Amino acid sequence: MTSPLQHDYIILPETHTMERSSADILSSVPAAENNNNVLNLKETELRLGLPGSVSPERKPVSEVARGYCPLKNFLSGAKRGFRDATDSSEQWAFSGSGGSEVPDFVKGPVLYSPRDENCGLDDKNNSNKSCFKPGGEKKTSATNGNAANTPALKAQVVGWPPIKSYRKNTLAPNICKKADVAKDLNTGYIYVKVSMDGAPYLRKVDLKTCCNYAELSSALESMFSCFTIGQCSSKGLPEREGLSASRLMDLVHGSEYVLTYEDKDGDWMLVGDVPWKMFTDSCKRLRIMKGSEAIGLAPRTMEKCQSQH
Amino acid sequence: MAYSFPEEVLEYVFSFINSDKDRNAVSLVCKSWYEIERWCRRRIFIGNCYAVTPGIMVRRFPEIRSVEIKGKPHFADFNLVPEGWGGYVYPWVVAMSRAYPWLEEIRLKRMVVSDECLELISKSFKNFKVLVMSSCEGFSTDGLASIVANCRNLKELDLRESEVEDLSGHWLSHFPDTCTSLVSLNIACLASEVSFSALERLVSRCPNLKSLQLNRAVPLEKLPNLLRGAPQLVELGTGAYSAELRPELLSNLFDAFTVCKELKGLSGFWDVVPAYLPAIYPVCNGLTSLNLSYATIQSPDISKLISQCQNLERLWVLDYIEDSGLDILATCCKNLEELRVFPSDPYGVEQNVALTEQGLVSVSEGCPKLQSVLYFCRRMSNAALVTIARNRPNLIRFRLCIIEARATDYLTLEPLDAGFGAIVENCRELRRLSLSGLLTDRVFEYIGKHAKKLEMLSIAFAGDGDLGLHHVLSGCESLRKLEIRDSPFGDKALLANAAKLETMRSLWMSSCSVSYGACKLLGQRLPRLNVEVIDERGTPESRPESCPIEKLYIYRTVAGPRFDTPGFIWTMDEEGNTPLGIA
Repeated sequence: MTSPLQHDYIILPETHTMERSSADILSSVPAAENNNNVLNLKETELRLGLPGSVSPERKPVSEVARGYCPLKNFLSGAKRGFRDATDSSEQWAFSGSGGSEVPDFVKGPVLYSPRDENCGLDDKNNSNKSCFKPGGEKKTSATNGNAANTPALKAQVVGWPPIKSYRKNTLAPNICKKADVAKDLNTGYIYVKVSMDGAPYLRKVDLKTCCNYAELSSALESMFSCFTIGQCSSKGLPEREGLSASRLMDLVHGSEYVLTYEDKDGDWMLVGDVPWKMFTDSCKRLRIMKGSEAIGLAPRTMEKCQSQH
Repeated sequence: MAYSFPEEVLEYVFSFINSDKDRNAVSLVCKSWYEIERWCRRRIFIGNCYAVTPGIMVRRFPEIRSVEIKGKPHFADFNLVPEGWGGYVYPWVVAMSRAYPWLEEIRLKRMVVSDECLELISKSFKNFKVLVMSSCEGFSTDGLASIVANCRNLKELDLRESEVEDLSGHWLSHFPDTCTSLVSLNIACLASEVSFSALERLVSRCPNLKSLQLNRAVPLEKLPNLLRGAPQLVELGTGAYSAELRPELLSNLFDAFTVCKELKGLSGFWDVVPAYLPAIYPVCNGLTSLNLSYATIQSPDISKLISQCQNLERLWVLDYIEDSGLDILATCCKNLEELRVFPSDPYGVEQNVALTEQGLVSVSEGCPKLQSVLYFCRRMSNAALVTIARNRPNLIRFRLCIIEARATDYLTLEPLDAGFGAIVENCRELRRLSLSGLLTDRVFEYIGKHAKKLEMLSIAFAGDGDLGLHHVLSGCESLRKLEIRDSPFGDKALLANAAKLETMRSLWMSSCSVSYGACKLLGQRLPRLNVEVIDERGTPESRPESCPIEKLYIYRTVAGPRFDTPGFIWTMDEEGNTPLGIA
């Protein structure tokens, strides 16, 4: 396959491996450089650049020249590739035509890691190095039948494929039926339906406004107090997290009801077992269940209830 | 001039001229035409809210009744524009509240709208009729309550795909009982339940209601009553289209649809239970627009539906339709003009549906009026693209997204240059093009050479170097909007074609190879452009000038640099000094 070298101003010859001056090499070259067929898992490790983090060193990648050559910076006349050679090869190399070279080349989108502390630092050899470091994820893929041994690590690139977030959010929670859970990932509310056995209508409660089980139970208490037969408990709200179901039961409805929830898998669970955050992530709807129906959920809980009344 | 018509006559003649382009042309003829035209212009379109200031607008056009403004760059849809970028509509509303007491219509796209803004709108314009907010954000249902409560003549409230802070559905009940003017209501993007009884009463007392798009929270059981209250509907967006299987609901729904003789457009269809699809059979033959892009139904159900919609002009659908469904579409819907196929599993690695390039080829063969395509798929070949191009030289919009970035022709393993080349060469009227797959500079050579009517071009992970960008900037005469991401385009092409940038609305480049130094130069050379460097790493002054910047947004403007830039945006200064912006 002839390479369409229409770039008159491209200096570099068409070679298989990039020849770089030492000045261009950004990172030190690990020992395995020559071992092109070794699956370098570290290289394909998923990483995200956090603010202030340093992008890890990269092995320079061999490149099939298809015009992915660094451009001279004509502007300042400085002798410098348009991108540092290693960076360019990392980002723009692609699987060559029928090449049997394996995981070494990088194909596909690279997640942007804009924080690179090395940029502009005083590395004498790299006075011209590019600061534009495509840290983060790399993807080696097994597309087009090449490189059958590469693990298809799908690094998610920001904004690719180009789908509006509105569409993503709408289609994503397909497991949710109707408006059981109105969860807005942006403004941060989690409304779940609350049903109480015997009540003529349902309510909705925003789990985000409660920080812990205690607040949830007080919210439910105020919502459903009109339906309780007996007086609401006058006990103070317990301070600690991880409220047991029996306590909630006390606070909300006297001794007759148990607070349960349906989780992501569709199972009905007793409220209070797991940490609050885990609960809000998995709770789809709440149900204030009659004590008699709760048999089988947690026998020892029932004993506790009975012993307290 | 002695020969000219009296002003009143000219004004009367101008009142028939409604297109912006024509109006602009009229205003350039001579000073007196400029003057007359500016006094009688009623409608204005501002494609970039920072290209002009509110002050300039109200000064030149004192009698505007309808305003349309667009804010953020298109790539904001894909989270490429950082939060806080801008696009605030508040200054516009303030200026208009003083200058245009008779303003009737506001249409916004990708702008930030606050509740204060909405309240100001509702109180400032006595005859306010139309509010359309497309992909906007920053407001809550409280703001909506102000609008519906205070705008006594409200005709249209359309929230398409906006991000609304949904505090409750109570806002809808703020429509006064006397409100009968509603023509269009679109609340599809809202999550919470509105009062169904309020909704029913509203719908049945508005005899001119033509378009109603419900949100997911409206259960299917409520739909028959709503429809009976508005048999004149032309456009309907259902709520959740699912319920337990009850024959009486199905027949109730069917009867309700039978009454809607005017229905031309259907959308919604969240959570579809296929057993309820036959309810819409009565309207299928009249449908021209069908949006099933949220309906997770499979190909046989989709095909059954489509085969009854012989008059369909627009279809949006998920890739569940598969090649087989597209074959049926090609056979049955000869009036099809627009097709959009969205991916059901965009982040999955494996192909989950039998949808390939073949589906698109079939539709291009079978549908002679096809002019607008948006197609997500997992493989493509040059041969298929060439076939499509030859079948459909009348294409106007062609947006292809091969999900795997830089995917080659799956048959030959070559780049897809030839395929897209065929598209631009054959489709002479092409106005919008989005590229994907493996592409070298060659494709840009073809584009620059042939795509003379191209107005908007989207590039991702493509090209070899500056030459590609140079081809586009130097060759595409009609280019207005260019957006590029993750492509090796740099300084040379930009600087060589700097003047071109003044003929365009905007240029977006992110994760490319444009250096800070080049940006400064551009800012210096082209004072009528805003050259905005977006970089979340901190000020570019702290890095060498040769260092590439993260993102670049260049747009022409008569407003000068903007004052609402957030901390991560620097506007290049005319003098070449340290740029404006918070350090």
